[in-house]
Amino acid sequence: MPMRYAPPIALLLALATTAAWANPHERLLANGLRVIVREDHRAPTVAHMVWYRAGSMDETSGRTGVAHVLEHMMFKGTPTAGPGEFNRRVAAAGGRDNAFTSRDYTAYFQQVPKQKLPEMMQLEADRMRHLSLDEKEFAQEIKVVMEERRLRTDDQPQALLYEKLNAVAFQVHPYRVPIIGWMTDLQNMTVTDARAWYEDWYAPNNAYVVVVGDVDHQEVFRLAEQHYGALPARTLPVRKPQDEPSQAGTRRLTVKAPADLPVVMMAYKVPVIRNVEQDVDPYALEMLAAVLAGHDAARLTRHLVREQRLAVSAGASYDSTARGPGIFHLHGAPTVGRSRAELEAGLRAELVRVQEQGVSAEELARAKAQLIASQIYKLDSIFAQAMEIGQLEAAGIPHTMNRRIIDKLQEVSSEQVQAVARKYFSDEALTVAELDPQPLPQTPRPRSPFVPRH
Amino acid sequence: MTPCKFLLGFCLLLCAQLVQAGPKIERWQTAAGTRVLFVEDHSLPIVDIQVDFAAGAAREPAGKEGVAGLTRSLIDLGADGMDETQIASRLADLGARLSGGVDLDRTSVTLRTLSMADKRAPAFELLRAILNGPTFPAEAFERERARSLAALREALTRPDAIASKTFWAAMYPAHPYGRQATPESVAALLRADILAFHSANYGARSATVAIVGDLSRAEAEALAERLSSGLPAASADTGLPVPQLPVGGEQRIAHPAAQAHLLIGLPALKRGDPDFFPLAVGNYSLGGGGFVSRLVKEVRDKRGLAYSVHSYFLPLQQLGPFQIGLQTRKGQADEALRLTRSVLAAFLEQGPSEAELQAAKQNLIGSFPLRLDSNRKILENVAMIAFYDLPLDYLDRYPENIERVTVAEIQAAFARRLPVEHLVTVVVAGD
Repeated sequence: MPMRYAPPIALLLALATTAAWANPHERLLANGLRVIVREDHRAPTVAHMVWYRAGSMDETSGRTGVAHVLEHMMFKGTPTAGPGEFNRRVAAAGGRDNAFTSRDYTAYFQQVPKQKLPEMMQLEADRMRHLSLDEKEFAQEIKVVMEERRLRTDDQPQALLYEKLNAVAFQVHPYRVPIIGWMTDLQNMTVTDARAWYEDWYAPNNAYVVVVGDVDHQEVFRLAEQHYGALPARTLPVRKPQDEPSQAGTRRLTVKAPADLPVVMMAYKVPVIRNVEQDVDPYALEMLAAVLAGHDAARLTRHLVREQRLAVSAGASYDSTARGPGIFHLHGAPTVGRSRAELEAGLRAELVRVQEQGVSAEELARAKAQLIASQIYKLDSIFAQAMEIGQLEAAGIPHTMNRRIIDKLQEVSSEQVQAVARKYFSDEALTVAELDPQPLPQTPRPRSPFVPRH
Repeated sequence: MTPCKFLLGFCLLLCAQLVQAGPKIERWQTAAGTRVLFVEDHSLPIVDIQVDFAAGAAREPAGKEGVAGLTRSLIDLGADGMDETQIASRLADLGARLSGGVDLDRTSVTLRTLSMADKRAPAFELLRAILNGPTFPAEAFERERARSLAALREALTRPDAIASKTFWAAMYPAHPYGRQATPESVAALLRADILAFHSANYGARSATVAIVGDLSRAEAEALAERLSSGLPAASADTGLPVPQLPVGGEQRIAHPAAQAHLLIGLPALKRGDPDFFPLAVGNYSLGGGGFVSRLVKEVRDKRGLAYSVHSYFLPLQQLGPFQIGLQTRKGQADEALRLTRSVLAAFLEQGPSEAELQAAKQNLIGSFPLRLDSNRKILENVAMIAFYDLPLDYLDRYPENIERVTVAEIQAAFARRLPVEHLVTVVVAGD
């Protein structure tokens, strides 16, 4: 890193440290529930989240999608708060709420005016242990989930491609399964499957609460003890590692779907952070992704879209934090008249450039400047701050290590970026998925009485 | 029921007491005639700026559909002797972010930057260059036209995009809001069209600037002056024609998708219209309030017909639409359509119940602080107030304007704004 960049970055980091990292407070309740609080007094609101360490990667064959189905059922009532009551109470509190299921976790959140936090804790604590899981409610909700699958996957060619790519890139590890589940499993799922999932994983010792906003942390700890403290810890199922064996050759797949744009997605197996202090490669891979695709003039857009006109879009993505194995993605859509094979060759050529020539100090400094700025910008959103804490913890990384991760990213050298490019981007560890667009059976043409104007 | 009612009343009282007034907004006009709204906030080292022009898609000349979006996408691809790589690299070096887009009324250019002098000054200078000296390089123009053509062709294979384009064309058959970019119109665009659209619609007098964050009033004034002084000398905004209500009816388009996409609506509401409040409160109960709304309860919760179902009003400079939308498995589109229409009919006939009205007010007023709890959200609100020239106390008075709405007003406003014989329905992939 050129020295001229050092003073401003140090200054900014110090600022961010004062504003945000100085105050995450944490307490472990006797039942194993961890409570993490970050005070942020800019506005009289609070984000309250409950994270369960159970996601689609904990599912078993024949029951894929059950983590997400249970997430839906969590809004369907307890003996003391009937179906729809949860949403009604949050709405009445002037709040917004929702939930999300990932491969690694399932999380629930409410954003409310700060005085409503106790009521939100009471509601979440209630459904942590007392969910009704009514058979009739399940019968309706599973239909909703199948509609969700149709909307988000079946009718979205690129989502379909991504789903199939994962199913080929992973053969052993459960990351091969889509979060929403295979349609056949949804069609055959019963309320008993949902109940078994709930009984297995919804326990205070498998959860943590994240609160960010205009609160006093001692008061939050007291409230958490009051509402969550009485819930009993339970024995959790044994988690099997299901490690993915190393890949021994390129895998290829094609998906045909109604579309106009062809798409190429490439997936390379790479590591993720397992030891914040000792790891090097995941940080270098983050910087590689930033150099390739971190801004409008980053390499992939600049070379493939702008200079060579080979692609209408091109990108790269990598997430260094996950419970399971890592993937570094390269993807793009070729320009009319250029083939998917040409685009794949173009994407590979960008990797070869890094392997042979490395990245410049200027590019790396630029990626780091963006990283620091994004840390500051995150302070503008209490929701984003809560998400950051929750996601780190979900990956098994203590939230207190966030500052160290930023430090480690700042320390990445050009040589380290070149080294990871050489180490992980080989054909042996590659899976390539191609979307082969199919014309619609008929050109959609509105019938009378309306004719769109041109 | 009594404890429940008591609880509701109690909450409402609490909410009403705890509602904060909106942020303190300062307003002035630059020498070039640009309206500026400013919220000073030093709690974070961030400055957010949004510049809006009356350069939305509705300003596109007939036959030039697509020119507004293409002009916006080209604005930061060359300026003041810098090429696209230099502009994007310098922004990235500063950690600054340029964003924005085009809707029917507005073209937006938004900058977020750190507020330290060595970051913000060059970031402001880049924004000034982009606004005052875009060069629209010929090479970038041809490339971006090809990319927007590719994106449009892709969109035209998707059921949601087909439904939306058909729906807008049907709601606004003789109005700029209903015109759509087509592959033909985009392919025919010339660089000269971009230059003409820019000089006619990116003028200082139709521009508004919203600034939020870590600047003093004097610094904000200097910034706004500098941003607006070199804008094209376009004539002031001439307004848009008033849309006529469409002939109601239904349109079906075949598609191989697994799900049908349904849209129902009509032109209904302008920005600044006093009917906004009864319509917003009423729509919360109909289909705007998520899981507590009638549409979600009936279509999703009780019957499992859809994952997503909603209704909303989109007030624009001229009458913007009221819209109901949902997606459902192919084969049950007619059932979902019948149900949706009956929910709407019942609502139009009776309005919300008194309990629904209270629930709507409780949420809309109670959640008011959540609308303003970040600089980004404040910027969005302030930019909207600036562009549509709403009263400066719009946010301050929002809670009381919601609070005073009655069931009778909701019924009357819905009756005025939703004449059902004019409702347009579009179903894509229904069978």
